[in-house]
Amino acid sequence: MIPLAKDNLTKADVQDKLKEIFSHYQGDKQELIPILQETQENFRYVPAAAMREIARFLRMPESTIYGVSTFYAQFKLTPLGKKLIRVCRGTACHVRGASKVLAEVEKQLGIKAGQTSDDLEYTLETVACIGACALAPTMTIDNETYGKMTTKKVAEVLGDTSKAE
Amino acid sequence: MTRAKPSNGNKERTIYVCQGTGCISGKSFEITEALKKAVKEQGLQGVNIDFTGCHGFCEQGPVAIVEPEGIFYAHVTVADVPEIVESHLRDGKPVERLFYKDPVSGEAIPYHKDIKFYSMQQRIVLRNCGRLNPERIEDYMAVGGYESLKKVLKEITPEQVIDEVKRSGLRGRGGAGFPTGTKWEFCHNAVGDQKYMICNADEGDPGAFMDRSTMEGDPHTVIEGMTIAAYAIGASEGYIYIRAEYPLAVKRVRLAIQQAEEKGFLGDKIQGSDFSLHIHVKEGAGAFVCGEETALLASIEGKRGMPRPRPPFPANSGLWGKPTTINNVKSLATVPVIIDKGTEWYASTGTEKSKGTCVFALTGKIANSGLIEVPMGIPLRKIIYEIGGGIPGNKKFKAVQTGGPSGGCLPESFLDQSVDYESLAAAGSMMGSGGMVVMDEETCMVDVARYFLSFTQAESCGKCVPCRIGTKQMLDILERICQGEGRPEDIPLLQQLGEQIKAGSLCGLGQTAPNPVLTTLRYFRDEYEAHINEKRCPALSCTKLISFYILPDKCQGCGICARECPTECIAGGKRMVHVIDQEKCVRCGTCLEVCPERFSAIIKVSAEEVDVPSEPIPVKEKPKAAAA
Ligand SMILES: Cc1cc2nc3c(=O)[nH]c(=O)nc-3n(C[C@H](O)[C@H](O)[C@H](O)COP(=O)(O)O)c2cc1C
Repeated sequence: MIPLAKDNLTKADVQDKLKEIFSHYQGDKQELIPILQETQENFRYVPAAAMREIARFLRMPESTIYGVSTFYAQFKLTPLGKKLIRVCRGTACHVRGASKVLAEVEKQLGIKAGQTSDDLEYTLETVACIGACALAPTMTIDNETYGKMTTKKVAEVLGDTSKAE
Repeated sequence: MTRAKPSNGNKERTIYVCQGTGCISGKSFEITEALKKAVKEQGLQGVNIDFTGCHGFCEQGPVAIVEPEGIFYAHVTVADVPEIVESHLRDGKPVERLFYKDPVSGEAIPYHKDIKFYSMQQRIVLRNCGRLNPERIEDYMAVGGYESLKKVLKEITPEQVIDEVKRSGLRGRGGAGFPTGTKWEFCHNAVGDQKYMICNADEGDPGAFMDRSTMEGDPHTVIEGMTIAAYAIGASEGYIYIRAEYPLAVKRVRLAIQQAEEKGFLGDKIQGSDFSLHIHVKEGAGAFVCGEETALLASIEGKRGMPRPRPPFPANSGLWGKPTTINNVKSLATVPVIIDKGTEWYASTGTEKSKGTCVFALTGKIANSGLIEVPMGIPLRKIIYEIGGGIPGNKKFKAVQTGGPSGGCLPESFLDQSVDYESLAAAGSMMGSGGMVVMDEETCMVDVARYFLSFTQAESCGKCVPCRIGTKQMLDILERICQGEGRPEDIPLLQQLGEQIKAGSLCGLGQTAPNPVLTTLRYFRDEYEAHINEKRCPALSCTKLISFYILPDKCQGCGICARECPTECIAGGKRMVHVIDQEKCVRCGTCLEVCPERFSAIIKVSAEEVDVPSEPIPVKEKPKAAAA
């Protein structure tokens, strides 16, 4: 069982936002995944309170919403950090040393893959393949892709984003 | 922006900057903007700045092509822009230092058409990728786009379309290679008031990115092919299921759908006919199994993407129980060409049973990595050594992996075999979605098998026991072998488990998951045996089985390794031979990387003891001449 986050969103916050999201949909069961995607985009995760609202809107049991949310890797039940860092572990990246890049990123951020830093600045994940295999090994920070990574380049790439703030 | 009209008569030139995902990561947006600015500042007339989708040669990115002459620039940066604009676009003198250098001969090659990576390809699916602006439907129409659809709607019946596609020999490019025309016929003949046409753009195989590049580089081809397919089967609703990790593809496909609707190639009563089609985009949510057709259908319906047994096949009972056809991006992108150039033309390429071309994502330990499209039946050697330019760094070829997590690793002896559905399957691998990852002597085959199993094990949806539990058992065994804790009985156990999982799993994921293990057991059994019996990793790759040593006769006591070592396990001192504390060493390899090449004092070994001092000793003075 994946635990739900203890968050400090108020019920009203969630309801207001979801009302706006629901206005883009008809309330068909097939809309569940797009609704979850939009919810996640807004909150950077799927809050427990949102699942309840979605269940009501689609007239489905809340357990189904939870089941779908946990099935797909895209949906997070705990808040993501401000920056989402992903190290690609595709085949091409693997044979060109992705695990070393990952180890270096873990070392520099002080968190392991799958974790979020305590200050909610970073979330580190691995991703199965981002499809930029010719530039292996690769990593992404939010929507930026960084190719031909080396352990040495890690500091530069991570520094790149902290400066951009 | 004005449209490029490449004509050789006047001096009009267009520079096309690649804006595929790879090149964008190399800042090609910024390059495009800088070019526009510089051309404006120089007040150049007759120079257009435009962009295209992926050229396929991502490794050389960011790339740009100047038309009409076809000059190809590699590794362009924003800093190169003034020189390109002033020297080439203004004074007509191409910038030689940005030409592509052949990895074998070292020769600089100015023209796109002379680069072996391109000249040996035969592009059908990728014909427009890198050649036109994917965000403008007019560019696609200017090269004959949507003419096939018009022709079909005007003069060909759905039955005739099916017949033509059948006769062309086109087989599905999603992996299994099922004949496309026959698939359409099943759905055409199925009874139902509503039918659905689905394009499978999930492309979950790690190591494959051709569907992405096709959608980013030529989205209209996919839409045109899909519309023709929908006409053939009688569908009025269509879905393109794209994985969420591909935001640019989603954006370009959405834009293309909108443009096609505006031009009357999609929507109600297309081109004045009685045929209507509405296409919707569905974004996947990060589950590899959703590429499997029945799981994909469940996902579109808003459920967990879990496969179900077949029959009933989607052709009879698919989306919401209605007759449905599911085709891969590349299968659909081929259709307009078959209608345009004819079945004989298409069938003349390829082998007897595998017609046409195949697209591969050539990656890994290869000089020219990127997307290639070659005739079916081409010998593997040609792909790797001629198009791919061989293995970099004078390393030895070891294996090529095709078919992603469903495929296998093929050894050197396969190099002269033909690449097609049948011969890959006979070798224990498969075409799959077209990933082709080259491995050299430094790649450990047991680790590769472990890698793929860790992927399939994590992606197994959990519905059927053989896949859910079997892959976990196989992974545990592979992990212990890589850690040096393998047991002699592990090899037959892996073999037996693999065969049972293949036979007992519900869907293609489990039915093919053991392939990477079974093929490496078949072709690289000696590596498994070395790991198990000698606790040795022949590729010097598995960290638990390797050690690093500093050679006393080479070390000059410079101290770089000791400074860089993350665990501070290197003892030394000025002009002292350094020594690694094997207990503390985590085998990260940093010391080997940083040791200056002129000393090359550090070696990596497996299951070997190297005679080195236990404490730092003074460096032996060398005779003057040798030191110089
Ligand atoms: C685990 C699994 C993943 C798959 N992933 C894909 C995929 O990403 N893209 C694809 O086109 N087909 C994929 N397939 C194959 C599809 O089930 C289906 O056969 C294919 O889309 C049919 O298209 P085609 O006839 O044009 O080849 C996958 C199959 C399995 C078992």
